Amino acid sequence: MEKHNRSLVTRRALMTSALGGAAALTASAVPSSWAIAQAKPLKVGLMLPYSGTYAKLGENITYAIELHVAEKGGTLGGRAIEFVKLDDESKPEIAQQNAERLVKRDNVDVLIGTVHSGVQMGIHKVVRESGTLTIVANAGNNEITRSLCAKNVFRTSFTNWQPAYSMGLALAKKGVKTAAFVTWDYTAGQEMGAAFKEGLEKGGGRFAQLLTLSFPDTNFQPILAQIPSLGVDAVGAFFAGGGAIQFVKEYAAAQIKAPLCGPGFLTEGTLGAQGAAADGIETALHYGDGLDNPKNIAFLEAFKAKAGREADVYAVHGYDAAQLLAIGLEAAGGAIDDEAKLYAAMRGARIDSPRGPISISASQNVVQNIYLRKVEGGKNKVVGVAAEALADPGTGCKLG
Amino acid sequence: MSIAIFLSQILNGLQYGLLLFLIASGLTLIFGVLGVINLAHGSLFMIGAYVAFLVVKASGSLWLALPACVVVGLALGALLERFLFRYFYNREHLDQVLLTFALILIFEELRSLLVGNDFHSVPVPAALDFSVPITAGFSYAAYRLVVIGVCLALAAALFWWIERTKMGAIVRAAAEKPEMVDVLGIDARRVHMTVFAVGAALALAAGGLAAPLTSVYPNMGDGLLIVSFVVVVIGGFGSVSGAFWAALLVGLIDTLGKAYGSAFSGAAAGGLGAALPAMSIYMVMILVLVLRPSGLFGGRS
Repeated sequence: MEKHNRSLVTRRALMTSALGGAAALTASAVPSSWAIAQAKPLKVGLMLPYSGTYAKLGENITYAIELHVAEKGGTLGGRAIEFVKLDDESKPEIAQQNAERLVKRDNVDVLIGTVHSGVQMGIHKVVRESGTLTIVANAGNNEITRSLCAKNVFRTSFTNWQPAYSMGLALAKKGVKTAAFVTWDYTAGQEMGAAFKEGLEKGGGRFAQLLTLSFPDTNFQPILAQIPSLGVDAVGAFFAGGGAIQFVKEYAAAQIKAPLCGPGFLTEGTLGAQGAAADGIETALHYGDGLDNPKNIAFLEAFKAKAGREADVYAVHGYDAAQLLAIGLEAAGGAIDDEAKLYAAMRGARIDSPRGPISISASQNVVQNIYLRKVEGGKNKVVGVAAEALADPGTGCKLG
Repeated sequence: MSIAIFLSQILNGLQYGLLLFLIASGLTLIFGVLGVINLAHGSLFMIGAYVAFLVVKASGSLWLALPACVVVGLALGALLERFLFRYFYNREHLDQVLLTFALILIFEELRSLLVGNDFHSVPVPAALDFSVPITAGFSYAAYRLVVIGVCLALAAALFWWIERTKMGAIVRAAAEKPEMVDVLGIDARRVHMTVFAVGAALALAAGGLAAPLTSVYPNMGDGLLIVSFVVVVIGGFGSVSGAFWAALLVGLIDTLGKAYGSAFSGAAAGGLGAALPAMSIYMVMILVLVLRPSGLFGGRS
C-alpha cells in the first residue's frame, strides 16, 4: 500500500514538472503560432491493406507515396511529412473504427485511403464528418465521387465506370454488334456491367445479357456453357485476383468463339498465373505496359530502385495521390487549414502522371486516358486509346 | 436451351458434386465418429491445393502431386488427432469449434509465411492439356473429365473400405452406436485416428485435384466448407452414402440454378441478380431440416 502511494506521488511530481517544463519551453523558444505550424511535421495517415489478399497493393501504393515525398526532399509545401500507417486488413466491418482512430486519436492532417471499396465507405463516413482531407488511392466505387461526393475527398485512381464504359465503347467502335458481360453480383461487378452496357450502346452496339454469379463463387462452368447460345460477338468480364485467373483459364479451355475482353483488372497482376490462356485478350484500363512517356520510364526505374520490384497500376495511383497532395500543399504554403487555397489548387491540378496527363473533375475524380491493351507475351501491351481524357459523369454530385 | 446444353450442365453439376463429396465425406465421417465439427476442413482443402502447387513446381508432375496430397493428408490428420483433437472429445462443442477456428487462422498464417499471399496457377499435365467439344461452341477441358474419374475412383475406394473391411465395419458401428464399440472392447483411439487421417487425406486430395481447375490462393477453402456443411446436413450427419447423394444433389441444384436461374434474374438485372440461384441449395437444406431433421439418409436424429 505504502509503496503504491509513493509511486503515485512520484508520478504526479514527475507530470507536474514535465508539463511545467514543456510550457516554459513553448513560451520561450517558439515566438508565434505560425512558426509552430511550420515546424510541426504534417501527419499523413495511410490506411491501407498491409496484410491479407491485398497486402501487395497496399505496399505498392505506400512505396510510391514515399517515393514522391522523397523526390520532393522529404517536405511538401515546406512541411516535413510524418506517415502514420494503419493496416486496414481489407475488413469493412472495422473500417469506420480504424478511420476514427487515425482522425481522432492520431490527429492526422491528411488521410490517404484504401483498396477495398467497403473499407473506403467506412473511411468516407468518418471524413465527411471530420472534414479531413482525403485522397482515395484505389477503391473505385462510383458513389464516392458521385452522390456521396465531398469537398475534402479526392480520388486519383478510377471509378468503376471509367474502364468498363471505355471497353464497351471501344468494342462498338471496332464493329462488335452484340456483347454480353459476366461478373460477380456485388457493387463493383454491377457498376462495371452497367457501364460496359452504356459504352456499348453509346457506340451503337447491342447489349445481350448480364450474367452474374454470387461473390466470390468460382464455379464458372454453368455460366460458360450458356454463352455460345447467346450468339454474341464478344464477351466482357470483370473478375479480379483468383477469380480472374480461373475465369480466363476456363474461358480458354471452353473454346468459346466470342473473344473475351473487359476492364483491365481481368488481366492485371495475374498474367503469370493465366499463362497462354490470356493471350490476345483486350482490356481497357488507365495504365498498361510499355507506355512510352518520359515520366513513366523515370517512374518505373525509380520505383524499382526503391521497392525492389516492378511498379504496377496501384503504385501509379499512390504516386499520383502524393503528387496531388504536393500541389495542394505548395499552393497553401504548407497550411493545411487554408482550405480555400488548398482545395482550389487540387481541383485545378494538371498532373504529369506515369499514365499520361491527368486532371481533376468537378466531382473530384481523376480525368484520364483509358488505354486499350492487348495481352502479348505475358504483358498488357498498350495498343491504343479507348477513351481520351475521360471524366466520370459524377452524377448526383453538387460540387463546383 | 437445347438438350445438348442441358446435358453439358448435368455434367458440370456432377463434376462439382463429386468434388464436394470428397470434402463432405471427410467432414461427415469425422462428425459421425468423433463428434467434432471440424471448421478447419476447408483449410485442409487449401493445404492440399498448395501441396499440389509445390510438388508440381518442384517435380513438374501432377501425377506425383495427388499421392503426395494423400500421404501428407494421412500424416497431418493423424498428428492433429493424436496431439489436439484427442483432448477435445469430451469437451463442449463450443470448445471444439474454437479449436478448429484457431486452426484455420494458424493454417492461413503458416501458408502466408511459407508460400506468400500471391495467386498461383498449377498447370494441367501436357497430355491432358486439350479440350473435348461438348456442344456447338462449347468444349470441356479434358482434365475435368479426369477429375470426374478420379473422384469416382476415390469414392469407390472409400465405400469399399467402409462396407467391406473390418475397420470399415467398426467405423460404421462407431458412427451409429459409439457406446457399442466400447462395449466390444475395440481400441477406440485407433479408430479415431484412422478416421481423422482418412478424412484429412480426402480433403487434401480434393484440394490437389482442384488446384489446376481453380488455381491456388489464400482462403480458397472457405466457400467450399460452407457448401460441404450443407451437403452433410442434407445427407445426414455421419452417413457417407448420404453425403454422396447429397453432394450430387447440391452440385446439380447449384449448377442448374446458375444455368437457368440467371436467365431469368439476368434479364431483370439489378433485381435479385445471382441471389436466387445462390440461395437455392440453402432452401433445399431448410426443407430437408423441416421434413427430415436427421437428413435424407441419416439413421439417428
